[in-house]
Amino acid sequence: MEKVFAMPEAMKDAKTLYCPGCGHGVAHRIVAELVDEFGLRERAIGIAPVGCSVFADLYWNFDVISAAHGRAAAVATGMSRAKPDCFVISYQGDGDLAAIGTAETVHAGNRGENFVTVFINNAIYGMTGGQMAPTTLVGQPSTTCQLGRDPSIAGYPIRVCELLQTLGGVAYLARGSVDSPKNVMATKKYLRKAFQLVLDKKGYSLVEIVSPCPTNWGMNPPEAMKWLKDKMLDHYELGVFKDITAES
Amino acid sequence: MSEKIPIGEKVLMKGNEAMGEAAVQAGCMAYYGYPITPQNELTSYMSRRMLEEGRIFIQTESEIGAINMCYGTAAVGERCMTSSSSPGMSLKQEGISYMASASLPVFFVNVNRGGPGLGNIAPAQSDYFQSTRGGGHGDYRVIVFGPTNVQELYDFTMLGFDVADKYRTPTMILADGILGQMMEPLVLHEYKPLPDLPSKADWRLGDPATKDPLLVTSLVLDVPGMEQRNLDLFHKYEEITKNETRYEEVDTDDADIVLVAYGTAARIARSAMQQAREKGMKVGLFRPITLWPFPSDPLSKLADRVEHMLVVELSLGQMWEDVRLATGLKTKVHLHGRTAGGIPGQADIVEHLQKALDSKSDEIVRNF
Repeated sequence: MEKVFAMPEAMKDAKTLYCPGCGHGVAHRIVAELVDEFGLRERAIGIAPVGCSVFADLYWNFDVISAAHGRAAAVATGMSRAKPDCFVISYQGDGDLAAIGTAETVHAGNRGENFVTVFINNAIYGMTGGQMAPTTLVGQPSTTCQLGRDPSIAGYPIRVCELLQTLGGVAYLARGSVDSPKNVMATKKYLRKAFQLVLDKKGYSLVEIVSPCPTNWGMNPPEAMKWLKDKMLDHYELGVFKDITAES
Repeated sequence: MSEKIPIGEKVLMKGNEAMGEAAVQAGCMAYYGYPITPQNELTSYMSRRMLEEGRIFIQTESEIGAINMCYGTAAVGERCMTSSSSPGMSLKQEGISYMASASLPVFFVNVNRGGPGLGNIAPAQSDYFQSTRGGGHGDYRVIVFGPTNVQELYDFTMLGFDVADKYRTPTMILADGILGQMMEPLVLHEYKPLPDLPSKADWRLGDPATKDPLLVTSLVLDVPGMEQRNLDLFHKYEEITKNETRYEEVDTDDADIVLVAYGTAARIARSAMQQAREKGMKVGLFRPITLWPFPSDPLSKLADRVEHMLVVELSLGQMWEDVRLATGLKTKVHLHGRTAGGIPGQADIVEHLQKALDSKSDEIVRNF
C-alpha cells in the first residue's frame, strides 16, 4: 500500500510541549515539510528565538541555534554570510522580531541578507505569560495592558510586512494564517516561494504567520480561532506584499 | 594576500590598523563593526582589507548586531572579529556572555576611552573590571591581553584568534586610545598558528558531514545541567590560567619597590623606573600581559621579598584590587591612578615612589 502521509524526516518524533490550540505546531511542520521537499535537512540551520519556540530543537530534526532575544536576524546574517551553502531559517515571534529585534530585522532586510524568516504573529508574548506585543490589537487586553491596548499610551499594532515593503534588499514578503486548511495551504505556498528565493540567492524573504495563542488570549482553542479570523485578519491582511520575481 | 602588505618587514603603522592586518593574516573570515572613536581606523581598515581578500565585512546597525553576527559566524566554525570602544563594549556584553556559555570562539578588541557614560574619547583603562570579570551576566571569564605597544597589538591579535579557538572561548585585547591611535614601527610577522589547534568539525553547524542534528544554545533550564555547564567552563578556565598566564618582570632582583602596570601605563612606569634608579631608588617593574588570567602567583612570590608595590593605572584602583588580592598582606600595595584621560607623568610616578618608600608602616599611599 502506498504511504500518502508521514512524519517529515526533518521533524523529530517528539511529544509537543505547546498548549492545546497553539499555532506553533502547524508552523513547525510546514517548515519541516519544506526542508524535506527541497532536500535541505543536512545543511539547514534553524534559529530558535526567545519565546515559546525557544525549544524548536525538540521538534526539528536539523541543526538549531538559539539566539538572544531579538538577535536572530543578526545571528542568521553571521551564519549565512560565512557559510553561503547553509540554509538558514530564522523563526521569530512578534516580540522578538518587531519589538526588541526591530533594528536587526530592518537592517538585515535592507542589506538583503539571504535567509528565510518565519514570523509568528500571535499578538501577545506567550512564554513570559501574556504581555502586550507590538502586534497586540487596539483594545485587546494583556497582562501589561489590562484595560485593553490604548494607542494613546502604547501606540498601534505594527504591520510588519507593510513596514518592510519599501526596503531595497527585501526579496519577498507574504502574510498567511493557520486558521483553516485553506490558509495553511496558502501559507505553505508562500513559504515555499520564500525557500526558493533564498536558494536562488535573491535575498531577505519573510513569511508572517498569523497564529492563535488560546492560553494567553484567555480563550479555548475554537474561540481563539474565531477571534483570529474575526479580529486579527481584519487588521492583518493576508497575501503577498512583495515578490521581486513577480511579473508586473 | 595583498601584494602591498610587506610581511616579515618592519613598517610604521597605527595601532588600530596593526590589529586589523594581524586579524587578516590570522585568517579572520568576517569582521563586524559599528563606528565609535577611538577605534574607527580599525573598522575602516577592515572595510578595505577584508573585501580585498574576498572575506566578509559588515558595518552593522549596532554593536549588538555586530556581536550577534559573530555568534552566528563562530557557530558555523569560521574565525570572526568585532571591535569597539567602551560604551559600545557595554552593548556587546550580552552577546559575549552567550558565546562564553555556548563555548564559541571570538576575538574582539576594546580601545578603551574615558567613562562612565558617554565619557570622552581620551585614553583610559577603566574597563579593566568589565574586561576581567566577564563583563556580561553570569559566571564566566574572558581571556584578556593587555598589550603595551603596536608590535604587541599585532602579535596578540594573532595569538588571540588561536587561544580563542584552542579553548573555544571569547578572547580580547584591552587597549586604550593612545595605543590605538599612535603610529609605531613594528615587524609584520608571518602568521604561524599554535600547534595542534582543535578541529571544529564535530561542533560546527550546517555541516552535511555531521550525522546527528547539533544544538548551539546557552539555555539549560534544569539546575544540575546549568550548574554542570558552569563547572565545565571553570575547569576550562583553570586550564587557561595554568597555560596562558603571561607577564614581564624587569629589574625586580634588588628592588625595594616594584611598579605594577600594564599597557600604556606600563610604558610610562618603565621610563619612571629608569629615572628613579638614576636618583638611587631601587625600583623594579612587574607588567601583567594577560589581565585575565591575572598573574597572581608570580606577584605573590614577588611579594615575599619586596616591601612595597606601586600600582600605576589609568583607572582608580581597579587593577590595584587584583594586586592586593594576589599579594594578601605580605606587602604594601600603593596606588597611583588617573582616570578619564588623565595620564601620569614620569615625575609624578617618581614622586609617588618616594612617598611610598617614606610611608609609615601602616600607611598605604594613594593619590585620591
